[in-house]
Amino acid sequence: MWEYTEKVKDHFLNPRNVGVIEDADGVGEVGSLACGDALKLTFKLDENGKIDDVKFQTFGCASAIASSSALTEMVKGLTIEEASKITNDDIAKYLDDLPKEKMHCSVMGRDALEKAITYYRGEEEKKIDGEIVCECFGVTDREIERAVKENSLRTIEDVTDYVKAGGGCGNCHDRIQEIIDSIIGTDHPVIKKPAKLTNIQKIKLIEETLEREIKPALQKDGGGIELVDVDGNTVIVRLCGNCAACNASQVTLKNYVESKLQELVTPDLIVEEVA
Amino acid sequence: MKTVYVDNNATTRVAPEVVDAMLPYLTERYGNPSSMHSFGGTVGFDIREARARVAALIGASPDEIVFTSCGTESDSAAIWAALNSYPDKKHIVTTRVEHPAIKSLCESLGKKGYRVTFVPVDESGNLDTEYLYRHLTDDTAIVSVMWANNETGVIFPIREIAEQVKARGIVLHSDAVQAAGKIPLNMASDGVDMLSISGHKIHAAKGVGVLYVRKGTKFSPFLIGGHQEHGRRGGTENTASIIGLGKACELAKKSFQKDMPRVKKLRDKLESEILERVPNSFVNGDRDHRLPNTTSIAFEYVEGESILLMMNEFGICASSGSACTSGSLEPSHVLRAMGVPFTAAHGSIRFSLSTYSTDEEIDYIVEKLPPIIERLRSMSPYWKEAQALT
Repeated sequence: MWEYTEKVKDHFLNPRNVGVIEDADGVGEVGSLACGDALKLTFKLDENGKIDDVKFQTFGCASAIASSSALTEMVKGLTIEEASKITNDDIAKYLDDLPKEKMHCSVMGRDALEKAITYYRGEEEKKIDGEIVCECFGVTDREIERAVKENSLRTIEDVTDYVKAGGGCGNCHDRIQEIIDSIIGTDHPVIKKPAKLTNIQKIKLIEETLEREIKPALQKDGGGIELVDVDGNTVIVRLCGNCAACNASQVTLKNYVESKLQELVTPDLIVEEVA
Repeated sequence: MKTVYVDNNATTRVAPEVVDAMLPYLTERYGNPSSMHSFGGTVGFDIREARARVAALIGASPDEIVFTSCGTESDSAAIWAALNSYPDKKHIVTTRVEHPAIKSLCESLGKKGYRVTFVPVDESGNLDTEYLYRHLTDDTAIVSVMWANNETGVIFPIREIAEQVKARGIVLHSDAVQAAGKIPLNMASDGVDMLSISGHKIHAAKGVGVLYVRKGTKFSPFLIGGHQEHGRRGGTENTASIIGLGKACELAKKSFQKDMPRVKKLRDKLESEILERVPNSFVNGDRDHRLPNTTSIAFEYVEGESILLMMNEFGICASSGSACTSGSLEPSHVLRAMGVPFTAAHGSIRFSLSTYSTDEEIDYIVEKLPPIIERLRSMSPYWKEAQALT
């Protein structure tokens, strides 16, 4: 059970400003059904340029609904300039805090507000330049960098709590760590290849190399590879996807898979394919 | 506010008869069952009686029963026993929908050099048994397949699987934590080598479990220590809980005939009334091959944690396959393995009844739940769109 504050519970059970403003000046939509939460924020300005009416619709957990409701209360009566200064931390503070694992709900609120303001200003919606790091939740390196900087995040877990990146399959954890390191600067130890590998170390390293290096490369061409067994220095694999049907697969296997494994694990390895 | 407890796959109320049976062992009968003096030794006799009652529930012989601390320990003990008994075999076969007690253990073994095959299920949660049989090899040390799924209640064809796995001479374990006490199990004819049971899921106390080990199965203890449990599990017995579990098994054995048909009727009523009252809702999993007490209902376009917390306001206790309730960000691995669409997986709620569930409780849930879903949908940005499409 989450330890929600009374304010979170109140805003969840009695959400303020639910709905959609039809002739809104600002509209911001973030999230998706697949991600498990989504927010649509609409606002209307009065003649003095202050936010006069604001409404939200949220699909999500209690803290997502509470964050959205809180946000609408916070921005009422503000100018666009003032509203644009609201951070995710402000939303969390307004609610007397959120569980750490739920901070992404406050980030979602801030993101929706930003989008609504961009819409109002008639600016081109900022294409989130940068590249997707977390495939599961579609999070870019820019978004991660921003969350790390603004909230002084230190660990991958922190990043997951704030922007969800890394909360799915986990394949992007190394990349997230790199981003954190590049911002906070750390002498994070690099995994060193031991001089002499034991059998288990060798198998592990083969698996890691397949996962991190080889699989992603093959996936670009719609292919895949599966480790079947390791027998001495023979690595037995199965090609799948496009690779399985590809005429050039033997070339891929020898010139790419084998040489990559020889380079990153041990030069003695031979790769063999089973159907 | 009254509590309406429909989360019995998480844990159950300790039966009053069980509490009565346990109390003396928490007060005056505190002797160590291993002692030579009769003050302790007679407690050992009582444990023997409890062991016989557990054995009777699952059609086993008393000396095939090993008491453990929980279902998770039983699962770990079973897997490690097979791996240690066949040190040359490095392959494990299990399913994609196991409880974390098996799933996480196998994933961790996968990182330690074992090869693990996770057998898929279809959209109704039924196991692809052909896939399982195809992946049995001479290197396979153990096959572990749950008897019934904790989230959907879907029952796997263990007898059929046992025939195939045993024909290959491979050890078969089943996590029967959800099945025990709800459907009849008979070790004499069901063919599994090891079976896990948890006390607190069948109205005994927390902190006691059982591992059934078929006579003749190679075994090495997971907890190494004293001679307790014939050397198969070291550590002084959790006397009161074991005695209580014996009582609970005795009650459960009677309950198959008497209570479970009634529980099933209540479950079916809950399910059909909710499906009727709530549009865009459906049952996850094969409705014909299920535990009598479980239903997993998906409510499209709403999120499970919100449903649970709103039900909580009415004292209704259930659980969810949604991501937000577990602290993870992805919905339950069981629903994902079944390919339940995201629109529904995030809003799936599990109701699990027990012999203590009543007609009034079901009526209460049927009254309270539909307005909750309606209210959350009215807040959801997707609901109107979805409505427009239909």
